[in-house]
Amino acid sequence: MLETESSPRPDSDAGVISGQELVASLDDIRKTYYMGALSVEVLHGISLDFYQGDYISIMGPSGCGKSTLMNILGCLDQPTEGKYFLGDQDTSKMEDDELSSIRGARLGFIFQSYNLIQQLNVLENIEMPLFYQGYSAADSHEVAMGLAARVGLEDRVDHKPFELSGGQQQRVAIARALAVDPLIILADEPTGNLDSKSGAEILNLFDELHDQGKTLIMVTHSDELAERSQRWVRLRDGLVESDDRRNT
Amino acid sequence: MTDATLNPVKSSPLANKRPSPSAAFNFVRFKKITEVGIKSIYSHGLRSLLTVLGIVIGVAAVIAMLAVSEGASYEAQQQFRDLGASNILVKSVKPAEVEESSRSGFGPPQAIVYGLTTADITTIRNSIPGISNVIASRIVKKNVWNGGLNINTDVVGTSVDYPVSRNYNLRAGRFFSESEVRDHGNVVVLSDEVAQALFPIDNPLGKTIRIDSDYYNIVGIMESEGFSNLGQNQAGSSNSAPSRIFIPFTSSKSRFGETTTRQTAGGVESETVELHEAIIQVEGQDGVIEVGEIIDQILQRRHKDIDYAIEVPLALLRQAEESALRDQIVAGAIAGISLLVGGIGIMNIMLASVTERTREIGIRRALGAKRRDIIMQFLIEAVILSGVGGLIGVVLGIAIPFIISAFWGMTTIVTPLAPILAFSISALIGVIFGIYPSIRAADMDPVEALRHE
Repeated sequence: MLETESSPRPDSDAGVISGQELVASLDDIRKTYYMGALSVEVLHGISLDFYQGDYISIMGPSGCGKSTLMNILGCLDQPTEGKYFLGDQDTSKMEDDELSSIRGARLGFIFQSYNLIQQLNVLENIEMPLFYQGYSAADSHEVAMGLAARVGLEDRVDHKPFELSGGQQQRVAIARALAVDPLIILADEPTGNLDSKSGAEILNLFDELHDQGKTLIMVTHSDELAERSQRWVRLRDGLVESDDRRNT
Repeated sequence: MTDATLNPVKSSPLANKRPSPSAAFNFVRFKKITEVGIKSIYSHGLRSLLTVLGIVIGVAAVIAMLAVSEGASYEAQQQFRDLGASNILVKSVKPAEVEESSRSGFGPPQAIVYGLTTADITTIRNSIPGISNVIASRIVKKNVWNGGLNINTDVVGTSVDYPVSRNYNLRAGRFFSESEVRDHGNVVVLSDEVAQALFPIDNPLGKTIRIDSDYYNIVGIMESEGFSNLGQNQAGSSNSAPSRIFIPFTSSKSRFGETTTRQTAGGVESETVELHEAIIQVEGQDGVIEVGEIIDQILQRRHKDIDYAIEVPLALLRQAEESALRDQIVAGAIAGISLLVGGIGIMNIMLASVTERTREIGIRRALGAKRRDIIMQFLIEAVILSGVGGLIGVVLGIAIPFIISAFWGMTTIVTPLAPILAFSISALIGVIFGIYPSIRAADMDPVEALRHE
């Protein structure tokens, strides 16, 4: 239970779709970077609610605070002020170890440059988050094999990343992000390094995940990419400029 | 508020799976980390090998040096056991100057007279209290025959106490008796090696052998002195030479005389030696070293040339013990220095590895690795590195003493403790010098690490 808040959280700008569960919530998030005597506030108070099954694009010009927001959403960085609830947990006051745990258990990361570990093969890369969660080797293997099949790489499980095309590597990364069955999948320019055909394949996979009820948050510059999502959050100068939802 | 609950997706692949409760440490995790470590070391084969060279040399040096010093002290102990703790051995030695003069002379060769005499022994006996017995021996090299078989061996003319004084036991038969000594008896006791050479099939007991024109009855066979083949014994070659036979002192004197002649490249060389060696037994071990010094003083006064040598086994043992200790200190110092250098090498390479793998560290942190997971990973890698170095060092350290033994004939002994100790220390070095790089890896900011190119 949350001990600090007694009043209800402020409602999100976007309309709440009934029957959907809140998976993450940002409450007046501020982030200040200190460089010696100089301090720069990058995020000036961002409040957003994310619901189960949301497919969100976070957009905005460079320097708007997208990356910072993404790092906070990914529990890689802590807000200077404000609260970030992931599921029912307030992450803003967590210790380093707790943050590691919550990243490993509740978040899936997809990076622009895939970020696979080169010494490990496809299967081992997919297994890695499970390994840090303490799953048995047999369970990890079973889950990872299933996921490799799900992204169409069941016949490549013992290949090293450098033996795969960019699109295949990104599919490994998606499988890895799905391994722990995260609350939210965070994707940072997931097609930025891919040709349009491979990019389209990745986006089709995202559509599938969305159809299966996964929650996806994607940072992108590309309008074409953003077109596929259901909700668009535009940032400008560290503030939410707009938050629109596709009307279905 | 209450609706902000975790809602697991239906048909999740993890639905029926649970992480193990103690995720901090379990064998699977350890095995995985070790595998990753080995892969990473393997992918930089040459670099890793060069890194561990310091450890390899350190460990090998320690084991080899300990083996050599252990071998030396074993040799000394063998000699000690061979000669007896309360014995002093005095031997005749051909003095260098006499040898010179006899070679340059013309005409019929003059017999060189040198060495111990019965008078020396009597003086020693009478002037030093606490001497319980003296066993004087004459040693003459002779061809010994059994029918057509013959062997060139030392014929030791000695007294009945010889075997007791040397802790030397009979295998069969008996040693000759007082009365046989008194009667200049033609009796002989063979060493096991000689018995086997002359009587390969039948039992030599009761049979005879021939030396020059005399026949001797074989009354006994000594036990084999197998250990004397182990190390090349320089100090007392005649003591441990396995090939020898024993006859009564009196018989040696009357059959062979005191002058021996042998053919040399320059002509004929004769020498007259009354006694070749004497074992002086002292009552109790306490005074042995002092008695040895007094004997030296007496002989110095009685002999013009240094034509004798005194061996005090106890003193040899003390010396060997001292030098063994010194060797061990030197080995320890070498080990300390090389392991320190090796450790710094490992730290250096681990720091390089941490920098190279910054991105990997970031990825792992993003995927749920805790600080201690990263520390474990790099620490295990450092320990594997130093452990592999230690292992190579152990192999080398065991091989080197074998080579030393084969080429220089030194006795070397690798005790099991040395490799175990050296290996454990090398693994410990991995931990000590791996800690700092590991902590540095773990302290990286995940965001920065992920951004690293």
